[in-house]
Amino acid sequence: MLDRRFELMGPNGDHHLAALWDGDNGLRLLIPGDPVSVREALSQANEALQKMDVSQEHAGAVEIVLAEALNNVVEHSYAGHASGLIELSMRRHRSKLTFMIRDEGHPMPGGGAPGGQPQALDVSVDNLPEGGFGWFLIRALTQDLRYRRDGDRNELRFEIPLAVLPQVQ
Amino acid sequence: MEFDCQDFGDTRLITVEEPRIDAVVAIQFKDQMREATEGGPMRVVLDLSRVTFLDSSGLGAVVAAMKQIGEGRKLELAGLTMNVEKVFQLTRMDTIFTIHPDVADLGLGMRNAG
Repeated sequence: MLDRRFELMGPNGDHHLAALWDGDNGLRLLIPGDPVSVREALSQANEALQKMDVSQEHAGAVEIVLAEALNNVVEHSYAGHASGLIELSMRRHRSKLTFMIRDEGHPMPGGGAPGGQPQALDVSVDNLPEGGFGWFLIRALTQDLRYRRDGDRNELRFEIPLAVLPQVQ
Repeated sequence: MEFDCQDFGDTRLITVEEPRIDAVVAIQFKDQMREATEGGPMRVVLDLSRVTFLDSSGLGAVVAAMKQIGEGRKLELAGLTMNVEKVFQLTRMDTIFTIHPDVADLGLGMRNAG
């Protein structure tokens, strides 16, 4: 089970984000699995990145990846659940950031993380894709991505290099 | 969410006055775009210069907005900020939309920049 020592319910029964750890070179958050809490977590991660002296460009890439990964948990892993928690940890190393995201929702279909194929855009306007960009963005901006099912828990790990970002063709 | 709509001849300029188009507001964005583009000029320019973050839900909502404005009409984008532009470039959606660097370059004869 995810760490539940921290009180997540406010006086009005609303959910709160809990910072389990906020240090000089990392951050660990426990997030209620809903889009508004994900937004709040992204803002906290962004603040932490500034303190960790990560450039705005890299912080932007982190925000895209975390938004996609955390919203995937809310929309898919916890689909049909009334509520669920997400644990996010981020740690700064000299030339990279490492991340771990854990939840207790449904396993990934097929037991693995999607490959994130680019969407076909040579179609008529009416047939343009309105979704399916999430895993493509995650794959494009991360490296060494690993998923595993650990009992009744999903665990996703990946890295974002702090060197030059991949160039868009 | 807050939109500012102004017509300049054959162009309707819609300025999104929100910093984020994400999973929280994607459906609302799509619905408000439908209202803001019903009738009116043939050309619609969406000014995103105040939007600092757009995720895949937001991108999907912008694509949906283009589909729903109707045949013969066009949705163009302007003023993409760094991280928003990155999402358009990585997904190659920048090849689908006409994107103007700055609304000011469109020569819409705006009364003032504020």
